[in-house]
Amino acid sequence: MEGNGGNGGRVYVGNLDKSAKRAKQLVMGKLRMGKAVDWATAFSLWPVHLTTSCCGCEFAATWSPRFDAEQHGALPWVGARQTNMILIEGTVTKKMACAVRVTWEQMPSPKFAIAMGACAIDGGIFYNSYNIVRPWEIIPVDVYIPGCPPRPEAVARAIIELQRKIRKQRVASKWIEEGWRPDREYVKPKEDPCSWWRG
Amino acid sequence: MSLDQARRIVEEALSGIEYRVDEGKGFIEFIVAKENLVEAASRLKKAGFDHVKSLTVVDYKAEDKFKIVYHASSYLNEDLAKVIVGIGTEVPRSNPKVPTLVYVWRSVEFQEREVFEFFGIEFEDHPDLRLLLLAPQVAEKKPLRKDFIVKEEPIIRTKPPTG
Amino acid sequence: MSVWVYGEQKSELGLEGTITRKLEEDLYEVFIGPQHPGSGHMRIIVRIDGDIIVEADPDMGYVHRTMEKLSEGREWIKNVPLFERMAIHDACNVTVSYVMALERILGIEPPPRAKYLRTLLCEINRIAAHLYGFGIFGVFIGHSTMYMWSFADREVMVELAEKLTGARLTHSYPIPGGARRDMPQDFPQAARKAVRYFRRRLDEYRKIFLDNPVTRKRLEGVGIIPKKIAAELGVVGPVARASGIKYDARLAEPYDAYDEVEFEVPVYEEGDALARAWVKFEEIKQSLRIIEQAVDWLEKHPREAPIHERFWAKAPPLWKKVFEAEGRVKLLPLMANLKLPPGRAMARSETARGEIVYYVESDGKTTPYRVRIVSPSARNAIVFKYIAPGYKVMDLPTIYGSIDYFPPEADR
Ligand code: SF4
Repeated sequence: MEGNGGNGGRVYVGNLDKSAKRAKQLVMGKLRMGKAVDWATAFSLWPVHLTTSCCGCEFAATWSPRFDAEQHGALPWVGARQTNMILIEGTVTKKMACAVRVTWEQMPSPKFAIAMGACAIDGGIFYNSYNIVRPWEIIPVDVYIPGCPPRPEAVARAIIELQRKIRKQRVASKWIEEGWRPDREYVKPKEDPCSWWRG
Repeated sequence: MSLDQARRIVEEALSGIEYRVDEGKGFIEFIVAKENLVEAASRLKKAGFDHVKSLTVVDYKAEDKFKIVYHASSYLNEDLAKVIVGIGTEVPRSNPKVPTLVYVWRSVEFQEREVFEFFGIEFEDHPDLRLLLLAPQVAEKKPLRKDFIVKEEPIIRTKPPTG
Repeated sequence: MSVWVYGEQKSELGLEGTITRKLEEDLYEVFIGPQHPGSGHMRIIVRIDGDIIVEADPDMGYVHRTMEKLSEGREWIKNVPLFERMAIHDACNVTVSYVMALERILGIEPPPRAKYLRTLLCEINRIAAHLYGFGIFGVFIGHSTMYMWSFADREVMVELAEKLTGARLTHSYPIPGGARRDMPQDFPQAARKAVRYFRRRLDEYRKIFLDNPVTRKRLEGVGIIPKKIAAELGVVGPVARASGIKYDARLAEPYDAYDEVEFEVPVYEEGDALARAWVKFEEIKQSLRIIEQAVDWLEKHPREAPIHERFWAKAPPLWKKVFEAEGRVKLLPLMANLKLPPGRAMARSETARGEIVYYVESDGKTTPYRVRIVSPSARNAIVFKYIAPGYKVMDLPTIYGSIDYFPPEADR
């Protein structure tokens, strides 16, 4: 039997499961493809279009021609399903918390979060408001950007920091290997952020 | 047009209705009884005040009352546009119910919904009295009432540097 | 009427997914937002028949940060940065009327120099905010050139504001009795250069955006608000002026230096999305005029502390030294403990999106008794409910973008 391989006319049929496992090992381990995964993820961090508060002004300016954050491989995209980063722009209100969580769950892993602005750190100017939640109560945050609002350069810097984190700590490839973020306990909100919605 | 002139116009329009005048800086308010509110508002609208700028509710806890004032002004009459005239009423805190003015001024529809959730004031006959801004759990607390207290961090005051 | 729940799969949280209900006959309920392709933090629940909107119900409050309540616990002066967060891309315009209300209660008038400085910043902000609006509008209707251009050119105005106040967006510039600082020496040249640049540039904007046949097809005849209905709904700003209502808070109750500078208020009769874009476009031109006049005035007149002498007289010597050396007015220490006499005041100012009204009540303490804010976006939100029905779902972004709705401002 003449085969494509020209190797004496034999057809190789192996155990698919085994081959898949080996392929995974090759990709993730020996051939240092894990690095490639991290490298690729780091340079295609696409934030989802979810504007939570007034920091959105500077968020929009970050992708404007003057600051051009697209040069770091990040491009805000409309659908949550095609993105892998969420950039929380400032305050998250109780109503918005539900939207943030739902959007976060819709995004495919490996996914990352940046929290922008003083409000996202600990409430900022609205620290004692009765209608806000801290973003870290809802989703796990990788990088915080201080400022009120942070300058666009700071946002671009945060993207670079996140890239560094992904590549140094190999976050993305480990995530694929182990199925979850090994470097942190998976953040689950203590109470359901959508409870208001279902009443 | 000055506030005095506007006052005369409104006084003329409100003839026959009992009212009290409350003056502020930059506006003037006419407080009527709850029963006369709709009538007074429609007369005001006939006089040319065609939209409401602000539905202002203040909680006077010490006096046990809510003051509900519709601050109206005009778009189509350029003279009246220069003044802000309020028409309002006062209700006890225990039974906050007023007739709605949606059918007089459409522009208050969303503002009445807002007041409903923040103060728990019910607008009778409002076509669509639902929550607007708040989640139900938060709206239960009626956050803008004075008995809902938000704590502030104390400020540490120091003397300004001299020299 | 029956209820279906789609999305059996449970997420980590046990969220049930989106709930769609089949309504009577062929109506469907579509939840748009708060995560949607444009920018903006609001959900609109629309019921559609085919692709015609039958009913639209704006579900606001995603950015309600309780400013009215928080302000009751904070000192008068601290509320300036607080209220500024309503619309940080238009910071001076939204806070100037709060400050005016305080000045009315105090019974003082800022010195003319402060008035001109505030007017200057207000107009710089207005242009920046209009360009921001244009940019977001571009995102909404898929015109990315518009987004790129306006956000690039907006930086010119943001730079100018930064030169004047030291902050890109959150200037906290007006304070009761005056303004925070005088302009730097080289500001007039920079301002004139920016004005020249914009004059040239605006022509290109007209060509690529307003006269572009593609945009015109999408904007013309969409979201028409007739004059009577506009007045009845109480819409403000460019939305009202595009419907033939000649109302501008700067005309109705001139504040700051607006009774001394020359400008026109563009009014269009058509009332559709295109007219609203034209109003904004023409307003940018008028703002350029005002900037020029304000800069001329400021250059001609000698420098003085841009703050009411009643406050300035009490300033410690160090403050005066700093002012003489750098032309900078440090925030006076007495502002922190500012006590207002009991009284009530209302003030309005024209922001880029329309008129903002403050009702301020003081009971003689260092904090307000009540501050009521009615922002332009809050008043324009009613447009969704009454104007959107009858148009196609694809026109909703156009309507949304054209009224320049800014949720943090609407929700406060
Ligand atoms: S950090 Fe400042 S600018 Fe950002 S959302 Fe909070 S208040 Fe707004």
